[in-house]
Amino acid sequence: MATEEHSEGGLVFHPLDQFIVKPLFGDGPVHWYTPTNVTLWMAIALLAIAAVFVLGSRGRAVVPTRLQSIGELIYGFIYKMVEDVTGKDGVKYFPYIMTLFLFILFSNYLALIPMSYSPTSMIAVTAVLGFGVFIAVTILGFVKNGPAFLGLFWMSDAPAILRPIIAIIEVISYFVRPVSHSIRLAGNIMAGHAVLKVFAGFAALTLVSPLAIFGIVAIYGLEILVCGIQAYVFTILTCVYLKDALHPAH
Amino acid sequence: MATETHDAVAGTCVDAGGSALGMPQLCADWMPNQIFWLVITLIAIYLLMSRIALPRIGAVLAERSGTITNDIAAAEDLKNKAAEAEAAYDQALLDARSEAQKIVAAAKAEIQAELDVELQKADAQIAAKTAESEAAIAEIRAGAIKSVTDVAKDTAKELVAAMGGTADAKTITAAVTARMKG
Repeated sequence: MATEEHSEGGLVFHPLDQFIVKPLFGDGPVHWYTPTNVTLWMAIALLAIAAVFVLGSRGRAVVPTRLQSIGELIYGFIYKMVEDVTGKDGVKYFPYIMTLFLFILFSNYLALIPMSYSPTSMIAVTAVLGFGVFIAVTILGFVKNGPAFLGLFWMSDAPAILRPIIAIIEVISYFVRPVSHSIRLAGNIMAGHAVLKVFAGFAALTLVSPLAIFGIVAIYGLEILVCGIQAYVFTILTCVYLKDALHPAH
Repeated sequence: MATETHDAVAGTCVDAGGSALGMPQLCADWMPNQIFWLVITLIAIYLLMSRIALPRIGAVLAERSGTITNDIAAAEDLKNKAAEAEAAYDQALLDARSEAQKIVAAAKAEIQAELDVELQKADAQIAAKTAESEAAIAEIRAGAIKSVTDVAKDTAKELVAAMGGTADAKTITAAVTARMKG
């Protein structure tokens, strides 16, 4: 596919090449421990988070500095979300949810920097996040409620005939959760970046380049929105699943 | 796995030109790497958050809300105090005003009493002076009448003498007196 377009001339599309994992040093194989561009951008996300949350809050000022108020804003936002959705007893899982939110948020936005790499567009990454939440929440549900956790699938206020059918649907939807949870995030980010690359490819054609550049700007604006929304959606769904584990009764 | 990816850049996921074969997301060779670094990053973020950042920000927020609550309470307190002070001020003003009115009334009464006494005294004095004057006037008038009588008698005598008659002093006096009465 790629070679065909090569022979045609200027118009070359490799919208997915930006997701290739490369070793940072040398051209060797990618082992599980090799530092790669994934490592680099995750490390940059980590440093950015540390800059905002550790350096920013260094002063512990009652009247916050700019950086500190950004940290406080995010803290307050996520804390309120966890408290509102899961209730008072969910607050102790706040650091985990904060970790997920920050990682996704910072990875998403750092990926918008040209030439950067987007770890959250990789299925493997989001699947670990999604299945991690799924497994943790399921274990937590059984630990907290014992067999009563299965009441999540049994609608006791539905008509008796419908209950088994609803239970089957509920079980299926429960197991689909991690899949949709992870593919939603990766799909959104990957699609956005691929579309940006496609527009960038069209920008090489003089005839359509103004349109293509306008398209890049528009999609980029959309991506800014999508990055925030996807981080928010992932986090609030995590909270909802956590609530199901803590309070399985409908 | 290692042997597969070893032969140059080209592998199961990348063609000879360095472009992706299919979706890089689905390349199984790269997944362990991403998962490994993801787990490392997540643990690092979690430790950073739970050990340092979150307790710190939580403490700052708690301190701030505490400060704000205290300040609001203090403001409420001060406001109450101000209201109390205003009430006290109003009361004092009211007291002062009624006191002033009392004082004014008392002063007025006192002045009135003094004035009455003075007026009475003045009236008495005026009455005494009037009586005295009247007596003087009466005396003067009596004196004047007597003088007029004397002058008339003398004049009559002189007239009679001038006309060549000798007049008896007694008769002239009687005649003048009679005329004066008439």
